[in-house]
Amino acid sequence: MSDVQTEIMPEGAVSMKEGKLSNFWKDFRKKKPALISFYFIILLFIITLIGPYIVPYDPAAPDYNKVLESPSLQHLFGTDSFGRDILSRLAVGARISLTVSISAVLLGALVGTFLGLISGFFGKWVDRAIMRVCDVLFAFPDLILAIGIVAILGPGLKNVVIAVAFFSIPSFARIVRSATLETKEMLFVEATRSIGASNKRMIWKHIFPETVPTIIVYFTMKVGTAILAAASLSFLGLGAEPSSPDWGAMLSNSRDYIDSSFHLVFFPGLIIFLTVLAFNLLGDGLRDVLDPKTKD
Amino acid sequence: MWQYIVKRVIGLIPLILVVSFVIFMFIHLIPGDPARLIAGKEATIEEVQEIRVSLGLDKPIIEQYFVYLKDLLTGDLGYSIQSGAPVSELIGERIMPTLGLTFISIIWALVVGILIGVVSAVFRNKWPDHLGMVVAVSGISLPNFWVGLVLIQLFSVQLGWLPTGGADDWKSYLMPSFALGAGIMAMIARFMRSSLMETMKQDYIRTGRAKGLGGNAIVFGHALKNSLIPVVTIAGLQFGFLLGGSVVVETVFSFPGLGRLLIDSIQFRDYPVVQAEILLFSLQFILVNLLVDIVYSFLNPKIRYQ
Repeated sequence: MSDVQTEIMPEGAVSMKEGKLSNFWKDFRKKKPALISFYFIILLFIITLIGPYIVPYDPAAPDYNKVLESPSLQHLFGTDSFGRDILSRLAVGARISLTVSISAVLLGALVGTFLGLISGFFGKWVDRAIMRVCDVLFAFPDLILAIGIVAILGPGLKNVVIAVAFFSIPSFARIVRSATLETKEMLFVEATRSIGASNKRMIWKHIFPETVPTIIVYFTMKVGTAILAAASLSFLGLGAEPSSPDWGAMLSNSRDYIDSSFHLVFFPGLIIFLTVLAFNLLGDGLRDVLDPKTKD
Repeated sequence: MWQYIVKRVIGLIPLILVVSFVIFMFIHLIPGDPARLIAGKEATIEEVQEIRVSLGLDKPIIEQYFVYLKDLLTGDLGYSIQSGAPVSELIGERIMPTLGLTFISIIWALVVGILIGVVSAVFRNKWPDHLGMVVAVSGISLPNFWVGLVLIQLFSVQLGWLPTGGADDWKSYLMPSFALGAGIMAMIARFMRSSLMETMKQDYIRTGRAKGLGGNAIVFGHALKNSLIPVVTIAGLQFGFLLGGSVVVETVFSFPGLGRLLIDSIQFRDYPVVQAEILLFSLQFILVNLLVDIVYSFLNPKIRYQ
């Protein structure tokens, strides 16, 4: 990133941005697994938006003549114990799983980034206080912390978002803090300080933009973790309503039918796996392009 | 060495105190009156008051915390609302199966993870490397409850080789420990690969090559030991992942361990058990990380003198 700053940019700011973007795309396109994952995630987002309007069957309507049917041409992924079409339910459930995990990571990233920026920028007691709080949060294993929070707040998707956001905060804070410490020492930040820029301006106008690539990479990877955590909580009966088409809840319900109707277990799990895999591969690819120095 | 260990242990005391305070506050954070929660919905006002006094909930919070700490140090974790049994007894019954399960999981994950990592690094960018990394990135992305269910379908329902649950003999540990360890194995493999590749760039490796050592002698005689250092740290950090995963995996396999107890207790709103369990999980995590730091300082003496 520092080399971008020191490069001479004769054109205006807009074209500089365009240049960065096309450079990024040129490098990113070479990362085949990440590129495929990117298209897969775009497809998922489209399904999230239009899924309810294009699914072949009503995901909530029971059909007692078609209970526990194996995959067929009419029902590609089969039907569940109420005769509902599994493919339709998975498509509609994408909205729940993606909304929950992305909003949780977004919330965690907002709070964590803010804490990391002020911790790294101000140092001294501010830094020490924030880092000690992070230490305490780190002392709880992620999923145990989330389970504890849901135990306090009660089950439900809103509380799953809070619980997953909570355990994302300290890791975002640490990562942004170290990126801030590094940026703070750069010459151009020194220069803005010497011409009398305010702390607020320095943090938001100069330091924060430098930490954005790190945040994007980490955010992508954390979404994968969040999908797994949210699905785990739903699986344990602490997340989504058992009747909702949430992916974790569908798996939890299907456990009783494992010996007779394995497709009930197989497809929801497969879609969770592929989605998490896509976010992880996209994160890997983004890291190689945007933030190569943090590689492993 | 001893000086370093003592220093690290003393340094943990404030953290453990804060963690225990946060967990102590747990029951006060649940909306509603804790005494009423414990007494249940049908309890009379007198019964609720009786419980409040007997648990010391009528005293100031700080005083309650010190009583809680004192009880903790004497091994008194309170009583289960559901069964009335001492929480320490409930946990005592469940702790060995869970420790066994996590131990087996971390051991196989380390062995296989290191092996895959080494093979990938040695055959860098060739097919064993690509295969190893496909296994690794898949392992990180697999939901452990799904792995568990697929294993049950395959080995219990279809083949009838293994029991679907319980913890009766060694056979009942096989599938849960595979499902639990897969994620960590994958992370260890990735770190092992990059760590070994990093080590292979060092000067002393070049010296080894220059004096005529063959590839295997370099990897196994020199590079492996040093590249294990960061892997140890990662394994420790990921231990929390294992503890969280044990809750899910034990639920899949109806495994009579701490994780299953935690979920049952949450469903019955058995808060004293939930509180004690979360404390226990965090203490385990803190202790494992202490152990990792000590092992790390043993492998890398530079750390001790900082």
